[in-house]
Amino acid sequence: MKVGLFVPCYIDQFYPQVAVATLQLLEKQGCEVVFPLNQTCCGQPMANSGFANLAKGCDRNFVENFDGVDYIVGPSGSCVLHLKEHLHDGNNEAKATYIRQHVYELVEFLVDVLKVEKLPSSFPHKVGLHISCHGQRGLHLSSMSELVAPPFSKPEKLLSMVKGLQLSKPARMDECCGFGGTFCVFEEAVSVKMGKDRVGEHAANGVEYITGADTSCLMHLEGILKRQGSTVKTIHIAEILNS
Amino acid sequence: MQATTKNHAQLSEAFIADEPRTDWHDETLWFVRSKRDKAVHQVPEWELLREWASAIKNHTLSNLDNYLVDFERNANANGVVVHWASNASDHNNIVLKIMRDNQVKRVVKSKSMLTEECHLNPFLIENGIEVVDTDLGERIVQFRNEPPSHIVLPAIHLKKQDVSETFHEHLHTEKGNNDPQYLTEAARQHLRSKFIASDLAITGVNFAIAETGGFVVCTNEGNADMGAHAAKIHIACMGFEKIIPKLEHLGVFLRLLARSATGQPTTTYNSHFHRPRNGQQMHIVIVDNGRSKQLGRPEFRNSLKCIRCAACFNTCPVYRRSGGHSYHTAVAGPIGSILNPNIDMRANADLPFASTLCGSCSNVCPVKIDIHDQLWKWRQVLVAEGYVANGKKLGMKGMAFVLAYPKVYRIAGKMGRWVMRVLPFVTNNKLLNPWYKQREMPEAPKASFRDWYRKNRGGS
Repeated sequence: MKVGLFVPCYIDQFYPQVAVATLQLLEKQGCEVVFPLNQTCCGQPMANSGFANLAKGCDRNFVENFDGVDYIVGPSGSCVLHLKEHLHDGNNEAKATYIRQHVYELVEFLVDVLKVEKLPSSFPHKVGLHISCHGQRGLHLSSMSELVAPPFSKPEKLLSMVKGLQLSKPARMDECCGFGGTFCVFEEAVSVKMGKDRVGEHAANGVEYITGADTSCLMHLEGILKRQGSTVKTIHIAEILNS
Repeated sequence: MQATTKNHAQLSEAFIADEPRTDWHDETLWFVRSKRDKAVHQVPEWELLREWASAIKNHTLSNLDNYLVDFERNANANGVVVHWASNASDHNNIVLKIMRDNQVKRVVKSKSMLTEECHLNPFLIENGIEVVDTDLGERIVQFRNEPPSHIVLPAIHLKKQDVSETFHEHLHTEKGNNDPQYLTEAARQHLRSKFIASDLAITGVNFAIAETGGFVVCTNEGNADMGAHAAKIHIACMGFEKIIPKLEHLGVFLRLLARSATGQPTTTYNSHFHRPRNGQQMHIVIVDNGRSKQLGRPEFRNSLKCIRCAACFNTCPVYRRSGGHSYHTAVAGPIGSILNPNIDMRANADLPFASTLCGSCSNVCPVKIDIHDQLWKWRQVLVAEGYVANGKKLGMKGMAFVLAYPKVYRIAGKMGRWVMRVLPFVTNNKLLNPWYKQREMPEAPKASFRDWYRKNRGGS
């Protein structure tokens, strides 16, 4: 099984350890992983700001880079959802379609495709789970509090395999953190207030770490935690699963 | 409405400046959302009901021409006068004419978001009519000369202390007496006198049933009934999307509406109006005011399925922390953000951006409007039509250029990280960098993942 590792631009630049953990995790599961070196961005920052027409260059570049792999896997629910919903390439629509249908967020790939049932990981810490909206409501990584439907959670399933990990869930288990892409700067006041409220709930639960499947949410929460001088740290779920 | 040219971001920043009050507002509305959750989890067929409601509304929107004409014919046969208004001004003039024709001076009104949309109150007052809102929350905001901040809970932005002060000023209640029972009793006595003295009652319409020509008004306070029963003339105002085909469809919507709105199994009063009593006049004003235009926008037409339950307000993490007035429109919240750009794109260009696209709104919507997808689509329309600031456009073009070319991206990334490490004051600037105002920047590592990969796994 040939997996193309999709590393979103801001992870490549600011959180290389998340990409390293993702790569190693997939390799340990026996995947043949390639990292196409000319990949850049999924185009979501432009599209979500209303400039989907400016994302065509990103789309073209993405399709060129990820042609010829069986699956495309990335450690970011939001970017993956964007690709699933909006990736098109007028010159290579068949390839774009293949990518849309075979691009996976890491957690769903581990649970649904690789059907991972146990992991050798160990992380003896109290960890708060942050559910990202696009991963949850978009990719259905877990059941949603608004719907009358049976409960399930793919990230929890994986975290339950980690030795020593004590999982803590906030009362508002799927409230948005307020990152929201460019929302975080154009609606700075609301964005930060939402983030402070999320962080507050986890801190009150006495967690050492906040984890999740979306680095963008974690980057926003980390910025707030650091400004507050908090001892709570953020860590991507790939890093825990690879520990 | 509010005389303001400030946008949602600016108005919400002012709201959040009082953080304890923002927390109180957030928790109050979250309580309503939680009540809704409890109520809907007691209905195993909830998702099926939503599916049915959506299907009935979609069908109705595709056959509106027939159903509206059926409704008019059946209402006429019941002795109801039906008026058609193509816009807000027509609506207001029709209502005023009925008043003038009958020498009416005093009017009571139950909650109607349509009349808020049409700015009926100020129009009537300018024309010498006394208008009293009889929904308690609406009366409170009317006293304060404010627009409602929520379509179901119009005064939800106010605390009991605020209400006490307002009533002290207008109803001469005891200063500093914040007892809710005392205050509501004062409002009750005050409103009774208005009901008795009024010549004409205006109500909204929750559902208009094509096959019977009847309509249903849902209130928790019974104020619509009190007004309509005491007055010689009843005018019911409705947007044309309020129609449902048959009486048998009503149960689906009534089961969804109150549970979604407040977590009640049903609204306290679901009042059915069919025909005027002896000696009474009954009028229905059916209003377009941009709805035909929205019906003609394939990507946005199903926003007209809305039954105004406000579940999307209560669940919206942005609304809860920014307050209804930050949306500067009659209908706030996520649904308002997809309805209002249709009415005025320039004035409401900020609203589709007042969302993180978290999608909770679409999940609670009892008629399954894809609200967050429509917010995304409105962003595309607003940009294409040129309603987004030039600075943002330039920034986006720059970003798109960098990200479209791998070499440019690599150099820019490297330079950016270098600047953040070596010259942190460039990005760590609270005035120029909104991120940094209340958040630290991420640490910039020396090597990107790509650098690591090349070093550790080879490749060029």
